[in-house]
Amino acid sequence: MSLRRRRAVKLALRYVAAVALTVFFLFPIYWLFMISFKTADEIYAYPPVWWPSSLQLDNYLVLFRDGDAKTVWNSLVVAGTSTVIAMFIGTICAYSLARFRTGGEHLANWIISQRMIPPIAVVFPIFLLYVWFGLVDTYIGLILLYTAFNLPYVIWMMRGYILDIPQALEEAALVDGYTRWQVLWKVVFPMCRAGLFATAIFTFVFAWNDFIFALVLTRTEVTTYTVQVTHYFGGQSNFWAKIAAMSVLGTLPIFIVVGFMQRYLVRGISLGAVKG
Amino acid sequence: MADLKITGLHKYYGAVHAVRGIDLEIPAGEFTVLVGQSGCGKSTLLRTIAGLEDADEGTIEIGNEVVNDLAPRERDIAMVFQNYALYPYMTVYDNIAFGLRARKTPKQDIAGKIARAAEMLGIGHLLQRYPRQLSGGQLQRVAIGRAIVRNARLYLFDEPLSNLDAQLRDEMRGEIKRLHQELGKTMIYVTHDQIEAMTMADRIVLLRDGRIEQAGAPLELFEQPVTRYVAGFLGSPSMNFLDATLVAADGGLGVRLADGTVLPLPPARHAALAGYRDRPVTFGVRPDHIGRASPGDTRPGLARYSAVIELLQPTGSRTYGTFRVGSAEVVAELKAHDVSQVNERVELVIDMNRAIVIDPDSEKVL
Ligand SMILES: Nc1ncnc2c1ncn2[C@@H]1O[C@H](COP(=O)(O)OP(=O)(O)O)[C@@H](O)[C@H]1O
Ligand SMILES: [Mg+2]
Repeated sequence: MSLRRRRAVKLALRYVAAVALTVFFLFPIYWLFMISFKTADEIYAYPPVWWPSSLQLDNYLVLFRDGDAKTVWNSLVVAGTSTVIAMFIGTICAYSLARFRTGGEHLANWIISQRMIPPIAVVFPIFLLYVWFGLVDTYIGLILLYTAFNLPYVIWMMRGYILDIPQALEEAALVDGYTRWQVLWKVVFPMCRAGLFATAIFTFVFAWNDFIFALVLTRTEVTTYTVQVTHYFGGQSNFWAKIAAMSVLGTLPIFIVVGFMQRYLVRGISLGAVKG
Repeated sequence: MADLKITGLHKYYGAVHAVRGIDLEIPAGEFTVLVGQSGCGKSTLLRTIAGLEDADEGTIEIGNEVVNDLAPRERDIAMVFQNYALYPYMTVYDNIAFGLRARKTPKQDIAGKIARAAEMLGIGHLLQRYPRQLSGGQLQRVAIGRAIVRNARLYLFDEPLSNLDAQLRDEMRGEIKRLHQELGKTMIYVTHDQIEAMTMADRIVLLRDGRIEQAGAPLELFEQPVTRYVAGFLGSPSMNFLDATLVAADGGLGVRLADGTVLPLPPARHAALAGYRDRPVTFGVRPDHIGRASPGDTRPGLARYSAVIELLQPTGSRTYGTFRVGSAEVVAELKAHDVSQVNERVELVIDMNRAIVIDPDSEKVL
């Protein structure tokens, strides 16, 4: 076989493998979307229906009519707000650690070690605290919690990105007439924009996907969509249509966020890989 | 009036004592070069002046105001950094405007100032580009442009040319000097390159281990170094240093070299050296003060020395010849066709008027 043919065959094999993997991973998502559009008959049909007869939206309408869809909104509020707060505070802390060596060598390591705590170990003590402070089943309660839980990650990641910024850039701005706060805004943020976005996405996704904290710390007012989905698993039967439609609603925001920020996501991850 | 006055300045980095008692006064409008080996504290001194580092002891006055407790932005200085420190996400225009905007300069003025600076530096056609689209030399011009539009009282340069190749460096050296003449501003320029220091400075401040070894006009340091370190630091190739003994010779004084040759010293030096008779000294002479003897040359103060040239290194206009005195190697700067063959015995003359005698213990020039 000529070299050229061998190359062509190799390339073809690579494509086959890539397509197979993609199908493998995309299939559950495809199936989820399909179920969300199916009628009850189609859901239980055998052999399975690969493509529903019509893209009917009844399953979604039910969620909106009963107010279940509000749980997606709850998730958006707590995940979004806690991400903004954690990014803001975390970046400032990271700047302090990186530039003023606040707390010496070990504070940074101690902070990231906080991230290793398994949620299940702290969720019940926090529940008791929250009962005491009246924070159970409130936006503030969940926002506080996700902010606190994400801060170590934000601080750690942003510290790495900030350490990568040549210090002379900041010094030039200081000499040229800017204050530290202005330097943070005009030099540090633009210089680590990709890292900021990547970190924000991961922070958001953590809060968005959380189940255990939301399960324990909410009841009816600020139930998040992850908890809501589990309400559809009944003792007798499972409401597959609702499960699928709610899951799609919960997946869409992530698709949108990642779609818009893909560029930063890839760059942010590979940037972060260099510095620890 | 002094634009900058430093008194008793010390700076520590933890256990590292980087600046060890500096007293320095820089008159308005002068171009001062801080020069010294890498690690001698040049950058630290400059950064302390700028307020990027805190002084641990001593005072810094800029324009008769003590600035120790002022933030960098309050010190009325502009600085050019070694790695340009340009913002990659801004155009050249915005980079240069950055400092002006911090001071709320009106838009019209900004445009005017940038146009003028760009013309001076020949970067008018680059203003809309981004730093990544520029060459090293262009980046450096932009960095200088950002400083000169500022109209500061004091301009600081920290090795701004060390990332450029040799030819560009020569060119930029001249350009910075020209800028200084046009602007008449007080500038402090840091370099480890003695040639840069010699060619650019109105005044050189030679630093060693966090202290000032000697300060003065370039030729003053070159011709009247106060220590062996200064004598060896300035000049290329460096001064030759030979172990010798100060002895009586021809009714005056002379230095006896390791091979026994006695080189008489001119009478003008006798008074200062009288106390060192029969003591070991270090004899220092620059390569360009050793030449081929010519028969009619009877200027006073020339000492003859007969040597075997072991190595010839022609550079075109000059040829460096190396010979031995005892075990020490000595370099002479000869005319291009003075010596054509190695291992040939030739008559040399040493200009004793320009040679120096050093106390080997204190390393001070006598
Ligand atoms: N941030 C720092 N932390 C600790 N030591 C430093 C720091 N900066 C400089 N030094 C030390 O201080 C001394 C002077 O450094 P520097 O001023 O940078 O020298 P130069 O600019 O003349 O090469 C050196 O010994 C250097 O290692
Ligand atoms: Mg330096």
